[in-house]
Amino acid sequence: MAFASDAPKDGFRLSMLIYDTRYRSYTIQIVVLVLFAMAVAWLLNNTAQNLAARGKEFNFAFLWQRAGYDIGQQIIPYTNDSSHFRALLVGLINTLVVAFFGCIFATVLGVVIGVLRLSKNWLVSRLMTVYVEIFRNVPLLLWILLTYVILSETTFQPKDFRLTDEMVAAGQPPLASMMFFDSVAVTNRGTNIPSPLFERGLGTVDLGFLSLNLTLLAVIAVIVGSVWVNRRILASARVTQEATGIRPVTWWKSILVLFAPIIVLLVAMGFHLEVPTLQGFNFKGGILIAHSFTAMVIALTLYTAAFIAEIVRAGIQAISRGQSEAAFALGLRPGRTMNLVILPQALRVIIPPLISQYLNLTKNTSLGIAVSYLDLRGTLGGITLNQTGRELECMLLMMLIYLTISLTISAVMNMYNKSVQLKAR
Amino acid sequence: MDQHFARTEMLPPMTPPITERGAVKWLRENLFSTPFNIALTLFGIAVIYLLVRASLPWWLNSVWNASSLSECRQIVEAAAGTGATGACWAMIREWWGAFIFGFYPPDQWWRPILAFGFLMAALAPVLFSGQTRNLTIVLVVVAVFLALTLWLAGTPGIAFGLAALVVIGMLALAQVQPGKLIWFTLIYPALCFWLLWGGSVWSPIVAMAGFGVLYVVFRQASPFIGLAPAAGAGVLAAVLWWLYLDKALVDVLHGVVPLALQSINSDQFGGFLLAIVIGITGISFSLPIGILLALGRQSDMLIVKTLSVGFIEFIRGVPLITLLFTASLLLQYFLPPGTNFDIILRVIILVTFFAAAYLAEVIRGGLAALPRGQYEAADALGLDYWRAQRLIILPQALKISIPSIVSTFIGLFKDTTLVAFVGLMDPLKGVTQIVRADINWKGIYWEPYIFVGTIFFLICFGMSRYSMYLEKKLKTDHR
Repeated sequence: MAFASDAPKDGFRLSMLIYDTRYRSYTIQIVVLVLFAMAVAWLLNNTAQNLAARGKEFNFAFLWQRAGYDIGQQIIPYTNDSSHFRALLVGLINTLVVAFFGCIFATVLGVVIGVLRLSKNWLVSRLMTVYVEIFRNVPLLLWILLTYVILSETTFQPKDFRLTDEMVAAGQPPLASMMFFDSVAVTNRGTNIPSPLFERGLGTVDLGFLSLNLTLLAVIAVIVGSVWVNRRILASARVTQEATGIRPVTWWKSILVLFAPIIVLLVAMGFHLEVPTLQGFNFKGGILIAHSFTAMVIALTLYTAAFIAEIVRAGIQAISRGQSEAAFALGLRPGRTMNLVILPQALRVIIPPLISQYLNLTKNTSLGIAVSYLDLRGTLGGITLNQTGRELECMLLMMLIYLTISLTISAVMNMYNKSVQLKAR
Repeated sequence: MDQHFARTEMLPPMTPPITERGAVKWLRENLFSTPFNIALTLFGIAVIYLLVRASLPWWLNSVWNASSLSECRQIVEAAAGTGATGACWAMIREWWGAFIFGFYPPDQWWRPILAFGFLMAALAPVLFSGQTRNLTIVLVVVAVFLALTLWLAGTPGIAFGLAALVVIGMLALAQVQPGKLIWFTLIYPALCFWLLWGGSVWSPIVAMAGFGVLYVVFRQASPFIGLAPAAGAGVLAAVLWWLYLDKALVDVLHGVVPLALQSINSDQFGGFLLAIVIGITGISFSLPIGILLALGRQSDMLIVKTLSVGFIEFIRGVPLITLLFTASLLLQYFLPPGTNFDIILRVIILVTFFAAAYLAEVIRGGLAALPRGQYEAADALGLDYWRAQRLIILPQALKISIPSIVSTFIGLFKDTTLVAFVGLMDPLKGVTQIVRADINWKGIYWEPYIFVGTIFFLICFGMSRYSMYLEKKLKTDHR
């Protein structure tokens, strides 16, 4: 390349634009740019013509119109009088909630399976291999549909939980019974779980567009505060250890700091659980979780866990045996070897593919449409789109939102990835 | 005096103690080495026991002959006592056609079968280029498969004869000039399109002739205006051919020689036929596009790089479903007014883009994993960009990324089920929903999902095993 720039400059011929490597890349880029601009102009022109032909215009004013449809699962208040934009927000939150629970459960299950698959136990490692292969090689849609069908078609009706007088007389149990000390009931309409209630809650503050639940905020603040204080205690213990060589006893302080404040707060606010009970033909009280949500979380967890298990296994296997042998030679116990030597190195290999699994899981929540789970795709890209007939705006907005979610997740995870990567010196 | 105080011969080796050999040793080492391991083993046995106890009677009581779910249940209860459960595979017996072919007319089933057989024959020259022996094996297998299935599907005699002629011709060619078989692979896309969708025989021929136009223009023009402009002119000529001449020429030729197959509409496609059509087309077109995108992303040219990165990140950032909805709802806005082309084709285009973006990232990983020395060595040999890529860089980069490429393909094949959301009849949601809505089979759920899931599993698992085989075969480092 150094010689090419020293070529004699005896005038510029037009053919040099193609045959001279110094100019060719400019030619190619300009051609590409022109072609791209032409393609974009062509698409925009077509779109404008098509919109005009249909008598439509491109604007987002429909977002403020009345939505007029109900959404089963709503974390923020929503009625069918709310605007389409509110419906969009409800859908977006539903998407994020499924993705959040899916990511957590899939990570836990995936790590357990990945580690067990490396276990020396022949039987368990084979079982885990079978699990991974089955769940990886069958479409996610099948798991979603199957889980949903099993949940909604094989579970009992609420009335089957009733204990009638004839049954008492005959000494029979009712057809179905609740789980976990009579607190959870799985019926064909959904899963009833206890709801947390506060007798002396702190109430809510209305900020116009959303209302803040002060009780929840107080709980979160106390937990975050406890964890922070605990970390301070551990840090000061480490300082003492490095200065004197003796680590002060901290476990009782940690337990006290972590648990006492939250228990005090909960008691002070009069925390209790409202257990669902059978009244009439249905369960009353507690929270009803729709089967579409449960099916989505279960299916996404099982499916993604298989991929995460493979990632974890590959990550641990990527660490050379010499590392664990060196740790043993230093006299570290197997548990500490894992924690201090193997895992920190394996994490570097594990995290980048793990990020893309989280992204995949988030994007796969859009399959909720198969079980009528009203996520972003179901509200904005489904009912709102069909009601207003604004395909272009809805689809573009939806793609933009998904793109933002994806880029945000990958940015956050990349930041974390940077913090654990090897610092090259 | 012949006394020895030392042995003159060796003692025979003693067998190891019972705990150190055979099954006992294996069990001790693999299942019962530590208390934790024993607990794990017991846990595993418990899981297997529970699974078997729950499902074995169901499998054993399978019913293959019945006309409805209630009849199935009666048969099971009659055979195994009240309360017994059993699989009702009779549903598969009644509906397997829909699972495989969708609503494709049964008297035309020979066409997808023939297309599938020819697909194998078309793949062979790519997989085993020039190896007479392997080619012969594949072609004989194809011949046997086609003879059997076409006979079962009641193929019309003339089609059977033509298919036999093609396969025999290919077998003969494989013996004398195996390299020439690649021509069959090149014309296969048009052949397959014609077999599946039907219509006039001239439309695929005229469409393929567009490539001939491209080649002729390129060859004629290249001595005068140079390679790159000649290629541009060729592409332009071909596009003009397809846009303006194609339709008129087909009409004229069809008027002269009206050879046609019954034309099949896209909404009659369904089941695994649909999944395989979308999957195979997506796979074969996404690989070259993915390679180009990966090279574009690694390029020094800012504009090319920016466009590639933008395309890849956009496609990877949105769910496939939104792209499929783009295909079904938005393309009508983006294309000139009045354009309306086939929904399967639209879906294939978007699925191809989707897979290409993922492949681009995978291949970029392979490119990045190559040592810089390889690039520098290629430059030092004086190879230009494309030669360096073709001869030095890509063969190594693609080899490194084979496992990820194949898992992207597997993902693409599994994702073909999502076409159900744009109204196409995929095997999983489309067909199964129809079966479950049938009054006779209402309430059936394990059987259709197990059937469809098993077929998906076999195909995807097969692909992943093939990639492992390929990886091993291409492994050239001596470690």
